[in-house]
Amino acid sequence: MSAMTTDKLVYMANQIARNMALDADPVAVVADHIAAFWTPRMKELIFAHGSDGLDPIAAKALARLEKGREPAPQTRATDPHAHGADAG
Amino acid sequence: MGYERQIDLGTPEVRSDSTVTCTIDGRDVTVPAGTTVMRAAALSGGSIPKLCATDNLKQFGSCRLCLVEIDGMRGTPASCTTPVAQGMQVHTHTPRLEKLRRGVMELYISDHPLDCLTCSANNDCELQDQAAAVGLRDVRFGYEGDNHLGAATDTSNPYFDFDPSKCIVCSRCVRACDEVQGTFALTIDGRGFASKVSAGLGGDDYLSSECVSCGACVQACPTATLQEKTVKAIGKPERAVVTTCAYCGVGCTFRAEMRGEQIVRMVPWKDGKANHGHSCVKGRFAWGYAQHQERILSPMIRESIDQPWREVSWDEALTYTAAKLNQIRDRHGRNALGGITSSRCTNEETFLVQKLVRAGFGTNNVDTCARVCHSPTGYGLKTTFGTSAGTQDFDSVEDSDVILVIGANPTDAHPVFGSRMKQRLRKGAKLIVIDPRKTDLVRSPHITADFHLPLRPGTNVAVLTAMAHVIVTEGLANEAFIRERCDWDEYSHWAEFVSQERNSPEFLSPVIGVDASAIRGAARLYATGGNGAIYYGLGVTEHSQGSSTVMAIANLAMATGNIGRRGVGVNPLRGQNNVQGACDMGSFPHELSGYRHVSDGAARALFEAEWGVKIDPEPGMRIPNMLDAAVDGAFKAIYIQGEDILQSDPDTRHVAAGLAAMECVIVHDLFLNETANYAHVFLPGSTFLEKNGTFTNAERRIQPVRKVMEPLNGYEDWQVTQRLAQAMGLDWNYTHPSEIMDEIARLTPTFSGVNYARLDAEGSLQWPVNDKAPDGSPIMHIDGFVRGKGKFVVTDYVPTDERTGPRFPLLLTTGRILSQYNVGAQTRRTANVAWHAEDLLEIHPTDAENRGLKSGDWVRLASRSGETTLRAQVTDRVAPGVVYTTFHHPETQANVVTTDYSDWATNCPEYKVTAVQVTPSNGPSEWQEDYAAQATQSRRIVAEPAE
Repeated sequence: MSAMTTDKLVYMANQIARNMALDADPVAVVADHIAAFWTPRMKELIFAHGSDGLDPIAAKALARLEKGREPAPQTRATDPHAHGADAG
Repeated sequence: MGYERQIDLGTPEVRSDSTVTCTIDGRDVTVPAGTTVMRAAALSGGSIPKLCATDNLKQFGSCRLCLVEIDGMRGTPASCTTPVAQGMQVHTHTPRLEKLRRGVMELYISDHPLDCLTCSANNDCELQDQAAAVGLRDVRFGYEGDNHLGAATDTSNPYFDFDPSKCIVCSRCVRACDEVQGTFALTIDGRGFASKVSAGLGGDDYLSSECVSCGACVQACPTATLQEKTVKAIGKPERAVVTTCAYCGVGCTFRAEMRGEQIVRMVPWKDGKANHGHSCVKGRFAWGYAQHQERILSPMIRESIDQPWREVSWDEALTYTAAKLNQIRDRHGRNALGGITSSRCTNEETFLVQKLVRAGFGTNNVDTCARVCHSPTGYGLKTTFGTSAGTQDFDSVEDSDVILVIGANPTDAHPVFGSRMKQRLRKGAKLIVIDPRKTDLVRSPHITADFHLPLRPGTNVAVLTAMAHVIVTEGLANEAFIRERCDWDEYSHWAEFVSQERNSPEFLSPVIGVDASAIRGAARLYATGGNGAIYYGLGVTEHSQGSSTVMAIANLAMATGNIGRRGVGVNPLRGQNNVQGACDMGSFPHELSGYRHVSDGAARALFEAEWGVKIDPEPGMRIPNMLDAAVDGAFKAIYIQGEDILQSDPDTRHVAAGLAAMECVIVHDLFLNETANYAHVFLPGSTFLEKNGTFTNAERRIQPVRKVMEPLNGYEDWQVTQRLAQAMGLDWNYTHPSEIMDEIARLTPTFSGVNYARLDAEGSLQWPVNDKAPDGSPIMHIDGFVRGKGKFVVTDYVPTDERTGPRFPLLLTTGRILSQYNVGAQTRRTANVAWHAEDLLEIHPTDAENRGLKSGDWVRLASRSGETTLRAQVTDRVAPGVVYTTFHHPETQANVVTTDYSDWATNCPEYKVTAVQVTPSNGPSEWQEDYAAQATQSRRIVAEPAE
């Protein structure tokens, strides 16, 4: 594990948190995003890193993920026709 | 099909709710009211001689060849300008008409070379055809009088010649340039006998004029006056195959007109639903790379990148590659492997690459070049609307009243759609351009943007939020639409946010660098001007807030009710030909085809049943993650099809380090591209002319790609991927890409109604195509959003971490130019270099003067990541403090300078904002010199031993 990769992961987590900070439930959204898009190795690396340097929202989101309370991904599969919406 | 000219009905189609019936030469014909006699005659199976008329141009009435007689009407009216009337009796062939037409034709021919047998248009010339049709046998005026037969030919354009001695001054070329292309580069100079077609100003030739070489004039010319050089060199085509262009996301369809295995010309197909018979310089002319001498046609391998390449058989290459991949997987695990699909390749090829990675390698480590262009579109539109796609078809622009273009330069990057947009603007639609540069759209002939907001690079979210502030606080939001179609609570949360004073134009104006009044004006116009359509490009996505910007755009469209009907919508202009398709096909590491997350057990079960393997429920690595992991020692092998990440991805040094750290880099491409300098296996690719398949354009239109010639390397790309899969032990036995599409349709709900038989019969289909939309979906979200209720997302402006300062005081933004395409691998190997032979750095006159620079000077462009050198072009197209360049040439390597900052949601690189310094220079940078040496060494190929 290189510091470069871990530093990048911390940066990425903080960047997500900064952009979602004003969401109604930012911790849930950040946790959801990381669960949906990060590989298991990336998650393991940042869990092992701890909260050093992490934005408070990111730290809470990662703590929630680490405890296994992964939310269902916000971007979970959606059948484009489940709502009969887009037939032209 | 054999070779026949495309049908020409003489004048354009008329749309009308009512019809009229008339009688032409005794045949009753019913047509829409307003249809011309000429078109009605053609529709009824007849034919009226014509020269100045063609059905993609408005009727002109100048050649006087199409005269007809109409009962009860005096004289002999021109059929091209006379609309049919109920009960009208028309006679198109009478002795009187024949005499008149012969007289007209005599005059034309008296000033035309009589060299038909040796003319390059022989047997493919409308003048010749019409002379025969009117029965011309003699020219009573003789040929001795004043004429134009000695006029010199203009050969300056690399693709076509202009021979004025053969010109009949019908004005079709001038009208095509005006009406179809919208450039107004041509005119009729002089009067009477002195009238002549002229490009640009008096001293100009075609190359130096404003002509953009779209080919519309050449296509319109009824003689050999404007003709492709290839026709002169090769001769008349003998067969034609309709296929789809492999350049940008417009997806123009062309007739590849062939002689044997040789392309004579590519002619835009009039029935093409994306381009309606128009083209640009790339699709029309820049196909010569397909036969370029630098194409690699034999597989090559080497143990390490400091060795020269060794040509081997396909069997040896694939066996070697499969063994390498299996060894690495056994030693380091399945997640040490990955692949990259290409937006240049077909849907079927892309689908197979991701299938190989997921089912063969056993990992979700697959990504696509959309990572570096439109991945934020996927994220943003999926989050807000429910699916990762633009909402409209291209034709929708005809009903737009206000067009908002943000971070896109369609006249350069999507030129055929750019022309359509300009047609609508010239008819009165209003225009808002949000772009740091004064793009051509801001001011071009007969078009002036109502608002140009030249924002500071990196402030897209600020300007869109400020516009939202105006719309909400001034009561311009469409509350009825929002209550019916969107989540009201989420809207309320968003509306409260954008209404805050800190999001007002006045507060944000100093950040954005644009007057608050202009932002207010633009917002009011978009909200109140009628049908508002937003078009955007990579100037939106390639930012650290790319996904936020896409969602901010979606917020604006929902807040104003500009979704779900023609003329409105959110329209991402896709960079490459198959960005939409590559994303649809499951190329992202977190999604299966049809945008279903890998954690979705039901979706995974479908694939597992079809493929007979388990699919990993966890997302795989994105391209930057793969490179980081490679540097880290955790990622060892990659299969890259049709993508040159070393040149196209940001922070070139880091990409090079990642590739150099891998044990097996497999490049599957046409040329030894820059990435191949770090490859261990090179698998020759096939061009779009050599394969069957489909591309999906920016309007979700799935279109056939048809093989017009045999692959020079022996295999279509899907066959190479299949052979690699077989070498790894997978039981794949596709015999045609149609079988791959059938599998896609079985596994992907939005494609369930797609098959090759329908594509052949209908020309194209726009997804979703399924039971609920059996004929496809030109417009999406008509009655409701795909996700149910539209989702408003709060998009707070978060400044990029890339900041200017004393060392790097300027902001660099990058983009594309009309004549070149992406990393230039194709267009640099064509005559398009006549227009753009090198990347230039645009710099404002003030910034140039401060540095003692003038146009043409070599400059050093340096950032925190690296430096390069290129030549300066001083221009006020860029604002003070901003510099701009393209990334088409590997010698420049603009991405040595760009940073690894990226979009917070998708890691799409922030190409559009890099803090730089520009200083005078007298030579290449150290990196350029080192890179050139490394590239030269890496491209060595072992010579065959002498027999």
